Amino acid sequence: MAGRAQPVNPWPGISAAALVAALILGTLAAVALRAEATRGFGPADWSALRFTLSQAALSAGLSVALAIPVARALARRRFTGRRLLIALLGAPFILPVIVAILGLLQVFGRAGWVSDLLGLIGLPPVQIYGLHGVVLAHVFFNLPLATRLILQGWQEVPSERFRLAAQLRCEGFALFHLIEAPMLKRVVPGALAVIFAICLTSFAVALTLGGGPRATTIELAIYQAFTYDFDLGRAALLSGLQLVLTATAAFVALRLSRGDGFGSGLDRAIRRWDGTGRAARLGDGCWIVLAGAFLMLPLASVMISGLGGLMHLPIQVFQAALVSIVVAAASTALLLALALPMATAIATGRYGIVEITGILGLAASPLVIGTGLFILIRPMVDPTALALPVTATVNAVMALPFALRILVPAARQSVGRYGRLALSLDMGERAFFTRILLPRMRPQIGFAAGLTAALSMGDLGVIALFADAEIATLPLQLYRLMGAYQMQAAAGAALLLLILSMGAFWMFDRGGRWHAEA
Amino acid sequence: MKHLLFAAGILSATSAIAADKPELTVYTYDSFVSDWGPGPQVEQAFEATCGCDLNLVGVEDGAALLSRIRLEGENSDADIVLGLDTNLIAAAMETGLFAPHSISADYTLPIEWTDTTFLPYDWGYFAFVHNAETTVPSNFRDLAESDTKILIQDPRSSTPGLGLLMWVKAAYGDETPAIWEGLSDNIVTVTKGWSEAYGLFLEGEADMVLSYTTSPAYHLIAEEDASKAAALFDEGHYMQIEVAAKLKSTDQNALADQFLNFMVSDAFQSIIPTTNWMYPAVTPASGLPDGFDTLIAPEKSLYLPADEAAGAREEALSEWLGALSQ
Repeated sequence: MAGRAQPVNPWPGISAAALVAALILGTLAAVALRAEATRGFGPADWSALRFTLSQAALSAGLSVALAIPVARALARRRFTGRRLLIALLGAPFILPVIVAILGLLQVFGRAGWVSDLLGLIGLPPVQIYGLHGVVLAHVFFNLPLATRLILQGWQEVPSERFRLAAQLRCEGFALFHLIEAPMLKRVVPGALAVIFAICLTSFAVALTLGGGPRATTIELAIYQAFTYDFDLGRAALLSGLQLVLTATAAFVALRLSRGDGFGSGLDRAIRRWDGTGRAARLGDGCWIVLAGAFLMLPLASVMISGLGGLMHLPIQVFQAALVSIVVAAASTALLLALALPMATAIATGRYGIVEITGILGLAASPLVIGTGLFILIRPMVDPTALALPVTATVNAVMALPFALRILVPAARQSVGRYGRLALSLDMGERAFFTRILLPRMRPQIGFAAGLTAALSMGDLGVIALFADAEIATLPLQLYRLMGAYQMQAAAGAALLLLILSMGAFWMFDRGGRWHAEA
Repeated sequence: MKHLLFAAGILSATSAIAADKPELTVYTYDSFVSDWGPGPQVEQAFEATCGCDLNLVGVEDGAALLSRIRLEGENSDADIVLGLDTNLIAAAMETGLFAPHSISADYTLPIEWTDTTFLPYDWGYFAFVHNAETTVPSNFRDLAESDTKILIQDPRSSTPGLGLLMWVKAAYGDETPAIWEGLSDNIVTVTKGWSEAYGLFLEGEADMVLSYTTSPAYHLIAEEDASKAAALFDEGHYMQIEVAAKLKSTDQNALADQFLNFMVSDAFQSIIPTTNWMYPAVTPASGLPDGFDTLIAPEKSLYLPADEAAGAREEALSEWLGALSQ
């Protein structure tokens, strides 16, 4: 049976998804085809698989479980600094891995601030290294993302629903049961799937915080297969395994997150009448303070360490910063060109495969994409000449899963609400896209663009595989400074990176906000 | 995508300006080409004499460098690969991609160098670096029995990490698993690369970090900070020798030989100590920079020749994994 008519052309989105799939699977195939004999999976790979799955499941579960009360508190409360806090929530996520590790351990490490405090009252230092350390680090990275995604879910509930609930004296559990739980049921599975996929490809964080080779992940095994053993076949197999795991998780999540929305409203600013009791206020306050402290302390340590170096940054760091800004702008543009049509196609409700493709960007090992692209490009052009375009492209594909999680609910809502009206007015697909979808999705587009710009600025990506001496992005320059013992300058560069990323994020995110809801 | 290709076109056009000169392409590790590494000075010094364009391409680290060469195979754009170490030589030799050279030099290496394909250009000893005022163990057994906490790198992703495996293997042979079991409670954590471990050490996360005997020279010379020292271990220190070689597929044979010759000359060798923070393979006539005389001088140099190192690698890795995964 043909689906209901909709004023949306799904083909640009399907083509974009096909491009993304071609990039991810094509690079994987390029690596696999280049492989000679492989020794296949060994027992070490299976234990890496077990560890990877358990840490990713724990990290995703905990990040989302903690994000629910934090997002709820942020949705219910208005206070000075709320916008700033919400913007800063994006920060952990965009730090280069090495900077985040150093920042986290400056707070939670053996010689960290928490250990120092414990020492004052005669307690031993924190034992951070182990599975719990890995989970802590991943929660640090992903709690903010989960919070933003869930907070967005809260904000997409039409304000009329809360008004009606208040008029009916519907509070507490009843409100949760009628409004919040159904909303969570639609938002949470997607958030879980994305975070699970991010944690699946963790390598340096898992190894360092895990305290040793017990914390070997699949991504480490891929790296080992590439560089230590030069076993391309095994690298491709392991990477394929990552893709299958992620696709499965995404499929399950999409299945679970089906459900009707709340219908339309008049887009009034949300006002809440519930949660005014003292216990509710205290509870919300605690969640905000705790989450804020947990996320801000490591950032504060990054800032403090960076201040000294920021004044004496070598000129090359600023040149690299310019390159990074260009790369970030290019990947943001590319991301929007891919994500907007894809979100539109997904919004028709008929192309689940497009949505799953979108999540694969996270599961693809950067090393495999990079090497695959290298193999594919090399017969035609000198790969180092394409270092920046390739980096921008890969960054865009890696940011795609996040962007889709942000854009899809809004696109779905708009198509659902205005689709029939548009059809009855005989509005064309193009007019619907430019007059209805784009304006209605402005906040989400801003958020997705900001996140992509910031991520692309901070991520080392594949540039290390392609770079020559003359071109470096800021993250690469930061690694080079560290490699040259210049830890202070590196800390300064990290702070500069943080400022630029946050600036880009803030600019896009605020640009998209046309009402007071952060 | 068009715009990206356009941008790429501009980028490649700028590098093609110097196309009338012959170009020598050298693949090396990323820290060599960095603005703070030897690359810029080496490029300037060589281009001043060769009438050519020296194109340095940075590829992550030594192991990734070898992978790149294997990936490119006989069509490699590289004329020379600079930055493999002795633990990688056997695997590099096996590829059959490298050509012998005919260069001789008065090496000041602690061992005699006989390999005629791979040309050594610098070397160093692995060592644990600590804060000068702390007292530290003087061998692996004492370390294992002490409470001293150390940071090391993963041998599967890091050159020093692999060096440490070889160090313990060369010093203790069949007793290696017992040594690693003893060390397991001293290891704070294992990092992906050198930078993470060294950064954590500077933050005070551990008493010692696996690095080089020359690391304190950086702090002394570049930062005028004498607070770092390397621990002298009485079973000897394992050596890392970094080498370069010419590819058989080079279309710049004479220029490649000229560069290899340049590498063992004073002009190149005098750049190495304070940019790569290693010992030059041929001490230049001007000697070593001030400050290098303060470094510890191991009495015994441990070293596994390329073929033995390759043979010991798998066993050493599984012993390491076995002892630390419990």
